[in-house]
Amino acid sequence: MVRFLLKRVLLAVSVLLAVSIVSFLLFFALPRDPVTGMCPKNCNAERLERVRTELGLNEPKAEQYANYMKGIFVGRDLGSAQGGKCEAPCLGYSYVNSEAVSDTFARVLPVTLNIVLPAAVLWLALGVGLGMISALRRGSLLDRISIGLTLTFASLQLYFVGAVLLLIFVYHLKILPTPRYVSLFDNPVEWARGLVLAWVTLALLFSAIYARLSRAQMLETLSEDFVRTARAKGMAKRQVYGRHALRAAITPIVTIAGLDVGGALGGTVITETTFGIQGLGRTAVEAVRQGDLPTIMATVLISALFVVIANMVVDLLYAFIDPRVRLG
Amino acid sequence: MGRSKSAPSGGPDRPSVPEQRSGEGPYLQVKDLGVRFDTEDGVVRAVDGVSFAVERGRTLGIVGESGSGKSVTSLAILGLHSAKRATITGEIFVGGRQLVGLPEEQVRRLRGRDMAMIFQDPLSALHPYYTVGRQITEAYRVHHPRAGKREARQRAVDMLGRVGIPQPAKRYDQYPHEFSGGMRQRAMIAMALVNDPDLLIADEPTTALDVTVQAQILDLLADLQAEFHSAIILITHDLGVVSQVADDVLVMYGGRAVEHGSVEQVLRRPQHPYTWGLLSSVPSLHGDPDADLMPIKGNPPSLINLPSGCAFHPRCRYAGRNGDRSFTEVPELRPAGEEGHLVACHLPAEERTRLFAEDIANVGVAAG
Repeated sequence: MVRFLLKRVLLAVSVLLAVSIVSFLLFFALPRDPVTGMCPKNCNAERLERVRTELGLNEPKAEQYANYMKGIFVGRDLGSAQGGKCEAPCLGYSYVNSEAVSDTFARVLPVTLNIVLPAAVLWLALGVGLGMISALRRGSLLDRISIGLTLTFASLQLYFVGAVLLLIFVYHLKILPTPRYVSLFDNPVEWARGLVLAWVTLALLFSAIYARLSRAQMLETLSEDFVRTARAKGMAKRQVYGRHALRAAITPIVTIAGLDVGGALGGTVITETTFGIQGLGRTAVEAVRQGDLPTIMATVLISALFVVIANMVVDLLYAFIDPRVRLG
Repeated sequence: MGRSKSAPSGGPDRPSVPEQRSGEGPYLQVKDLGVRFDTEDGVVRAVDGVSFAVERGRTLGIVGESGSGKSVTSLAILGLHSAKRATITGEIFVGGRQLVGLPEEQVRRLRGRDMAMIFQDPLSALHPYYTVGRQITEAYRVHHPRAGKREARQRAVDMLGRVGIPQPAKRYDQYPHEFSGGMRQRAMIAMALVNDPDLLIADEPTTALDVTVQAQILDLLADLQAEFHSAIILITHDLGVVSQVADDVLVMYGGRAVEHGSVEQVLRRPQHPYTWGLLSSVPSLHGDPDADLMPIKGNPPSLINLPSGCAFHPRCRYAGRNGDRSFTEVPELRPAGEEGHLVACHLPAEERTRLFAEDIANVGVAAG
């Protein structure tokens, strides 16, 4: 078990290292000069050169990368032009936002977390629950309604559903405020009221996919030999489904859920844009538009971190669910 | 196949066919069983008018190709067919209780307690995520709700030891994937026997195992039968297995019984051309090693659209020897001469005996 964990952690770290190197090269080696983007209108070659030296852009690429990584783990001095001392985890300085990138993230990261995590709980509960019930009542009216609904929602787009919900609940019924982020610890009620539309929108679309997936998985599991064995033992259907079938059917769903949640944490661009909430996704898109290289680099790294963590959690859950994984 | 059974399942003076036995009657009696599935392609008559009986302490071998209805029959006895998809007719008496049409809850209480089943592939039949011990304990506690955890565990460990699994207390906490194929099947048997069932149905219990392990498992079944005195149905397509452990044989074809009798009768003096075919397609230890095996030509029939008359006629060398009755008239299961020996064939008895002696017996018959 310890070996298993250790292997996974080492693997995760090497993936993150690889991502950091590639994205660093990609962005800092681009033909676009980061200095021109941040220089005011009246700048000449001499001044550009001075800024470049100040930013350390004349150093070899390897040294720049080493400095960047050092900044993440122990902090570094960025020079007076970039706000001076930058504490770990230092992700560089954004001229566009005129603040350290880590400060931007400290603001937008909680927003995305607060959108995605509650939505994920909702979509998993709703999707898996509906899928299982429809599998057990295969062919019933409930099953057919569920198939129709899930097909509809699985084919819809986030911005459409989001816009319709906004129109109804915010502009017509006026029972919800314009979506915004309020910290859960400041005001739990406003926290929920401000984000509920984003949760519901994400949950509707994702749960449609999960319902279809869970139904298919459960139906497949019900035809497994071990389910027949459980029935041959004389177990009641409820026990057979709840204990034997559910556990086997849920396994592949755990994988997909892990990847989806990890991916969503890396930025829910469309959701944030639809509801006008400033989270990680919108920050990333704006950074790309404005050529804000330090911010782009940091969003790539953080998204990668989420995906890697999600994968590790899935691996651990798998080992917990399926005894065959532990030794392998 | 010269091996004798390791445990006699009845005295030498017992009659060969159970129906003739007086007393309380056989533990399992199946009368005119029919299992029908309504599918989009048509009605599948998986089992059509099959009758047999098994007494405590005796073993009935059900033989046939894939799709002959042998597994469907056993699932029908346990009541494991979906009520929505399968229509079951006829009567099934287990210990005197008629099961066809009984509410699911009542059949469930018998399942695993009075009648248990061993499946073909123990790897897929055991749940991969639960320990072997837990799955056996579960089978016990379903029918002994008042048994404590420790008692159930002890019972499971005892059963694991009884079926020949070494270090049962340690093995209890292992998962199916940590067991070898033979050990898994032993565990499966332990699970089936944990409630002392009076009827045990083994559906191809040795098919997924290699030959040496097959022999061990068959020995084990015979030993356990002698000890627990249960009635056993052994479903197989392997005539060698039947000759080793069965007392009686039922040969099925296309969902119907075509021959029924004692092992001696059916394997030594088979009366149905299909049984001849089965026997001629098995290599014999005592026959000529250079003799060609004779496969039964053609494929098993479609159960949706059975051939008219005798379902076997398209593959039968002798169809048409008796006018066109084989093509038009479904043969009834009738006495074949010896007591308790039944066969469903239009050929006259004398001709069957002659054909068997001339065409089949001298080629070298499997059951030696």
